Amino acid sequence: MSERIRAMARAAAIPLLAVATGLVAGALIVVVTDVEVIRAWGRVVQDPGHALAATWRSIATAYGALFEGSLGSAYAISESLVTTTPYIFAGLAVALGFRAGLFNIGVEGQLFMGALASVWIGYSVKGLGAWLHLPLALLAGAAAGAAWAAIPGYLKARTGAHEVVNTIMMNYIAFRLSDWLLNGPMKRPGPGGMPGFVPISPEVLPSAYLPRLFEPPLRFHVGFFLALALAVGVWWLLWRTPLGFEMRSVGANPDAARTAGMAVGRTYVVAMALSGALAGLAGANQVLGVDRWLGQGFSPGYGFDSIALALLGGSHPGGVVLASLLFGTLRSGATRMQSVAGIPIDIITILQALILAFVAAPALVRALYRIRGETAAGPVLTRGWGRG
Amino acid sequence: MSGLRRRPQTGAGAGAAATAARAQALVVPTGRRSVAPAVVGLGLALAIVVLFGLGTPWGEVSVFGLNAGLRAAWQLPDLVVPSALGIYLAALVAAAVGAAYLRWPRLKGGTTVALAVTALVVAFLVWAVQGQSLNLVGMLRSTLLRATPIALAALSGVLCERAGVINIAIEGMMLTSALTAVVSASVTGSLVTGMLVAVLTGGLLALVHGALSIRYRVDQIVSGTVINIFATGLTSYLSARFLERFAHLNRSGTLPVVAIPGLADIPIIGPVLFQQSVIVYVMLALVIAVHVLLFKSRFGLRMRAVGEHPRAADTLGIDVWRTRYLSVLLGGMAAGVGGAYFTIGSVGRFDEVMTGGRGFIGLAAMIFGNWTPGGAFASSLIFGFADSLQIRMQILQTPIPSEFLLMAPYVATIVALSGVVGRVSPPAADGQPYEK
Repeated sequence: MSERIRAMARAAAIPLLAVATGLVAGALIVVVTDVEVIRAWGRVVQDPGHALAATWRSIATAYGALFEGSLGSAYAISESLVTTTPYIFAGLAVALGFRAGLFNIGVEGQLFMGALASVWIGYSVKGLGAWLHLPLALLAGAAAGAAWAAIPGYLKARTGAHEVVNTIMMNYIAFRLSDWLLNGPMKRPGPGGMPGFVPISPEVLPSAYLPRLFEPPLRFHVGFFLALALAVGVWWLLWRTPLGFEMRSVGANPDAARTAGMAVGRTYVVAMALSGALAGLAGANQVLGVDRWLGQGFSPGYGFDSIALALLGGSHPGGVVLASLLFGTLRSGATRMQSVAGIPIDIITILQALILAFVAAPALVRALYRIRGETAAGPVLTRGWGRG
Repeated sequence: MSGLRRRPQTGAGAGAAATAARAQALVVPTGRRSVAPAVVGLGLALAIVVLFGLGTPWGEVSVFGLNAGLRAAWQLPDLVVPSALGIYLAALVAAAVGAAYLRWPRLKGGTTVALAVTALVVAFLVWAVQGQSLNLVGMLRSTLLRATPIALAALSGVLCERAGVINIAIEGMMLTSALTAVVSASVTGSLVTGMLVAVLTGGLLALVHGALSIRYRVDQIVSGTVINIFATGLTSYLSARFLERFAHLNRSGTLPVVAIPGLADIPIIGPVLFQQSVIVYVMLALVIAVHVLLFKSRFGLRMRAVGEHPRAADTLGIDVWRTRYLSVLLGGMAAGVGGAYFTIGSVGRFDEVMTGGRGFIGLAAMIFGNWTPGGAFASSLIFGFADSLQIRMQILQTPIPSEFLLMAPYVATIVALSGVVGRVSPPAADGQPYEK
């Protein structure tokens, strides 16, 4: 038992150090880009105390606001969990792909397609009970995400075309498609039934709402539990079913899997579709649980962040949930950091990239902290451009 | 599997690769000739008739302007095409190449499809322009201009991948260089400085990619993604923190359009090729330079050796890591020039995520162009054309929503990447880290 705990601690050491290093580097970036601090350091010879005080104030304001905005009140905690929820779905999507040897950068686009489909079912289908309408809207989101992701999966299986660039292209296509839908067929009618001015969809009917659990303004909703259930589901699928075994085998070594008689191409398509379904649910969760309508750019980049989540969580559902909690808290707090301390929310993206770099390069972290030890093999994703 | 069906690893040079390809052709039974290109040709002919021909009234004309409208030594008359006739002629051409493919065994499938698609594009243009006029020369000029960042991204990809390092970080490198170029040019008031800083920025990020993927053996795709995420975050952060408050940091002016004396006066070709922004000339020079470097220089030979068979190269005394670092550095610098295009090369200011996926489209152009500078440039022209066409279609108000035209380059990328027109043969060691 203690052996197992020690092994887990060893596995968690690198991600924890990566997060800590990322936060320190983030503080550094905040400080060196703070105009007040730069001015104070310009006069450091005359007034060194002022320079240090300005530096400290800059960090304290930023990280203080970050903490307050993420955990400082019941509302803040609720918002953090609301932000965590789509992260879990999206992180699971990328993690599932990684396990099958697929790098799904298209989660953002699949999330848009999922959101479009569920919002459409949510406002256009009328007169159903919530027991039927909500599952239908969720399913529509999952199906749309799955269909969108299956295309690059099929292309990889059939032509060997690398899914990385193809899924990125599918993102751009999805954005244009949603622009068109929200400006055209799905545009919310204005007063008197005339086309409205703003490119947003009509509102989802209450029968398709993911129920909220507390009084307003708390927006915490059941989507969080759905996400946790799916994390268990993905774990069960990957480690307790033949399909999961096949996916992991293909991910570990496609040549060996083919030799063992597995249909590698089919596994790619199925894995991409499942990954896309999870991504689609991230979008569905957002429109049915939080926004209740769809506007342009409704996602602040959940799909892109999910790559960092999956890597940070070691492509394990449990790890993904933990990483999502961290990132959800960070992003939610960063919103307050932006409004109070005037630090652009993009600092979160920089943090993610730094954390990602440290997680992806354990040797780098080891070199920084002088830790000895064997380097665990990361996911192998680069298999050239294709015709495989 | 990709690892197994790659080129046989016989050595470095182009001659060896050609020999290997011939040897493979002898071993692998080619089978019957696919009829798919003929089907595509005939199918496109039918599509032209149904989509464009039937709805076009006889007697309508499409007018194409052949003058740049800037300054011309002599004016050419407009090209006036009877719309319906033009469309049906294009359909006839598409059908003819399809039929010719069946009857004439020397016609390649790729060529057949390319010709048929060209006929489709011509028919589409005639259909869209009917009753109106379109400045053809202006459109070709903007094709070359819009192909420039894509070509530079593709060159960056060629430089890295010929040495065996996949670089999907080009988008991030371009985005960051775009920002540093405009800020440094605004501060110093010198566009040349802006260009140099952009090149240095690209090189710096390339060294990060090199260190992560070569030294620390991070998966190259992951390393590239890290750089892309970092670049998106950093540029948006800096732009929100500084450029919105201090507008003077984000106002650089743009590189001038230079007409080359004499050559610029040639009808059609002059305005398209010799009356362009400086950055277009830089791009054209780099296409030639990279070609010479890759195929006519000792370093190029080493680069390709390292990309094809690093172990053999190592045995011959080539420093694999050093060669890869240098190639990635050069690639990053090319991406830096590509980044400069977006700010000091075209609009003179930085906007968040303004590269809009051009770095990835450049990778597709590289694949489409079979990892050669010339091929990459030619493919970039196709994407540049799609880009330029899309803008003009919005002006012409065709019934097709502009969002769908905006999708065209991305769809074209997927089609190109999926090898619909031909097989791709990446450098054999592309993406493989090297350990001694």
